Amino acid sequence: MNATLTPTSVIELVDAVRATPRVLAVGARTKPRLSHVSPDVTLLSMRQLCGIIEYEPDEYTFTALAGTSLHALAAALAEKGQYLPFDPLLVAAGATLGGTVAAGLNGPGRFRFGGVRDFILGVRFVDGSGRLLRLGGKVVKNAAGFDLPKFFTGSLGRFGVLAELTFKVFPRAASTLTLRLPVAGSEAAVKLLTVAANTRWEPDALDLLPSGDAVVLRLAGPANALPTLAREILARFPGEILAADAAAAIWADLCEFRWTFPDGSLLKLALTPGELPALTAIVRALAGRLHISVGANVAYVSLPAGANPAALSLPALTLRGPGPLWHNPPPAPAISAAVKSALDPLNRFPALAD
Amino acid sequence: MPSSAVRRLSALLPADRLLWQPEQLAAYQSDALTAYSALPLAIAMPETADEVIALVRACRADKIPFVARGSGTSLSGGSVPVAGGIVIALNRLNRILRLDPAQRLAVVEPGVINLAVTTAAAPHGLHYAPDPSSQPICTIGGNVAFNSGGAHCLKYGMTSNHVLGLRAVLATGEVVGFGGPSREQLGPDWCGLFTGNEGLFGIALEITLQLLPKAECFHTVLAGYRTLEQAGDAVSAIVASGLLPGAIEMMDALALEAATAAVHADYPPGCEAVLIVELEGPREVVAADRVRLDGILAASAPVEARPARNAAERLAIWKGRKSAFSAVGRLSPDFIVQDGVVPRRRLGEALRRIAAMTREAGLRCANVFHAGDGNLHPLILYNGRNPGELTRAEALAGRILKMCVAMGGSITGEHGVGLEKRDYLPDMFSADEIDCLQRIRAAFDPLGIANPGKMFPGGEAPAFVQHGLHPLEKAGVISRE
Ligand SMILES: Cc1cc2nc3c(=O)[nH]c(=O)nc-3n(C[C@H](O)[C@H](O)[C@H](O)COP(=O)(O)OP(=O)(O)OC[C@H]3O[C@@H](n4cnc5c(N)ncnc54)[C@H](O)[C@@H]3O)c2cc1C
Repeated sequence: MNATLTPTSVIELVDAVRATPRVLAVGARTKPRLSHVSPDVTLLSMRQLCGIIEYEPDEYTFTALAGTSLHALAAALAEKGQYLPFDPLLVAAGATLGGTVAAGLNGPGRFRFGGVRDFILGVRFVDGSGRLLRLGGKVVKNAAGFDLPKFFTGSLGRFGVLAELTFKVFPRAASTLTLRLPVAGSEAAVKLLTVAANTRWEPDALDLLPSGDAVVLRLAGPANALPTLAREILARFPGEILAADAAAAIWADLCEFRWTFPDGSLLKLALTPGELPALTAIVRALAGRLHISVGANVAYVSLPAGANPAALSLPALTLRGPGPLWHNPPPAPAISAAVKSALDPLNRFPALAD
Repeated sequence: MPSSAVRRLSALLPADRLLWQPEQLAAYQSDALTAYSALPLAIAMPETADEVIALVRACRADKIPFVARGSGTSLSGGSVPVAGGIVIALNRLNRILRLDPAQRLAVVEPGVINLAVTTAAAPHGLHYAPDPSSQPICTIGGNVAFNSGGAHCLKYGMTSNHVLGLRAVLATGEVVGFGGPSREQLGPDWCGLFTGNEGLFGIALEITLQLLPKAECFHTVLAGYRTLEQAGDAVSAIVASGLLPGAIEMMDALALEAATAAVHADYPPGCEAVLIVELEGPREVVAADRVRLDGILAASAPVEARPARNAAERLAIWKGRKSAFSAVGRLSPDFIVQDGVVPRRRLGEALRRIAAMTREAGLRCANVFHAGDGNLHPLILYNGRNPGELTRAEALAGRILKMCVAMGGSITGEHGVGLEKRDYLPDMFSADEIDCLQRIRAAFDPLGIANPGKMFPGGEAPAFVQHGLHPLEKAGVISRE
């Protein structure tokens, strides 16, 4: 068991980092494998470091402590008709903002406007020397200094402890409409996904359901504009418009990973549409399940206990389940170690590889 | 005679692609911030990535500083050579290596011109979103180094938001591949860190860019306002309404006057400010959104709001906007373009304060800017031949930047820190924060040979010469914003 500290202020967070030779920040542990580290590492629970520090709806920006739950954030943004367009995952499960940045996870909405990396503006963090630093900015546009906020996206807490984050947000479209478009096989799915992505329709989300037999395409915009667009899509790809509650349930199930094996593993893979058929075949052979998201740019794979993720033959990050954090990782360039020691000279944080 | 360092480099390139005669070097001594200049030892003109890699490795072996160069349109002194170093001019690496319409991406060499990407993508109904006003001339390599912006950042972001993958040779000599063809990735965002490095990490050799479908339909409105505050309030009202325009741009009276004179742009008379707002998307969406936009603009009491009725009128509106700065440049022998950011709601206040500071300095200043992003581009006019005016202009530029930081903004939205703003970096970041940035720089470039003297305060400044229009602007090829 790892020891856990629970700082209640940013000052305490800094003190905790300085006082602990081996440390890793953890949020709500909704991606448990990311913080499953050797027992000598002290975990820093961010649970008490929560709350929105500044929210400027007119600026499309907010700053919040890293432990703030996405649920609370989404509620505050919704009051002003705004949202995080990358559709954060595991909101109902309790995921935090900091954990989402560190894990670099995006939901289906990433398709239209981009992911965490595209909306993060600034970060206040504790580096491995125990210094509290703020890089990036608090305005929607800033080009001063290197873009550390982007680098922290997907960094798994291995380069610094995120204390506070500034994000850009967007106004939420007045309405959405989800279409369910059946497909026969993964080649047909690839075709539909690539064609739909290149149209005038501007889909808001474009995913292949874990059942593998239908694409779900979400439109977002003014209520009176969407039915016409939907009719045009259905004329090209037969399917149906889903009732609002059915659509909401489908997207929520995807965002909460309710389709996965409860005792199995969950992995993230970066993908291109052309790789979809081969990956699907491998996952089927392993008796696994997969959700293809963001127009086939990402795959979430769940394998039953005992199946070996290395067989996926693409680089994969384990979010949940036993075994290595990374499968089939590309060789790490020397610059990776050099930047690690620039930010964490004492190796206070675990290595990216573990 | 070439120096011994140049003689060693000459083993790597044929003689006609390694220039070292003084008259050949002169063309490269500045960038678009013509205030600074320095003579390099030599200009290397590689034609392949392997030649670039060999040059960087040779520079490293001999500790020769190098400055990568695209089209030299940097407005912050980023591509000014380093005395005693070489310039690696990347213009001949100008191939589009791959255009994949199905995956909506392009893989390009760094010397490819920004607009060439959109031109190549257009037959497939696609475009490359970042659109700096220098897009007919600036390179993707320069855009990546500066994380360049344009008029459509509010909705689509900057260069960084469109770079999916990079192959680069670092100043250590290591060749790395970051990101890839997928829009998603695993692990830390190396492409994000590399983009905006201002040439301090190494040289980008191959860049994978995401392309977007071209919007089907546009609705572009030009609205004139009696006062700057009214225009600023209209921006706030649009933003508060929940609309997400592709662009919200503003020009002040002096800029309007200049654009009228230069390109015969036609603006409502008696306005302190003009706003350009553009909606874009599927025609059904734009039709619904324009009803709301027109309502908001009508309620904002403009002198006049003019929607573009066709593509030609839309282009005319943008032409006035994009040529405004070079137009202002014609009003004055010399000028400085600044690039600060303030919170959007404080735009009106910022403009008033800039006007007051300008009066105190006894100078004139025009403003053309990305109102949707709060990204100001004050253009300070002066005459370098009048003793003391340059100093007063620079002091004014500095006061404006400090005001931006004090308002919670930034010293640069899209032009980068470069040489020009390096002394203002400490206004934004603490000593520890700058130390952290420097450590990262040292990880990529332990010898300090990649574009040294830029971004960080201190260090020797190259010779100060003159301000004025970029030669290409004088020729009317490009304009600045
Ligand atoms: C008239 C005018 C209008 C402009 N409008 C805008 C605007 O709207 N928005 C905006 O953001 N900017 C604008 N700019 C600024 C400028 O065009 C951009 O900064 C542009 O990205 C520079 O491109 P370049 O090819 O000219 O690069 P250069 O000036 O040659 O180089 C810029 C920097 O990039 C580095 N560099 C170049 N290539 C590479 C490479 N392959 N790898 C690593 N580093 C490299 C250089 O060392 C230098 O530090 C404008 C400039 C002018 C003159």
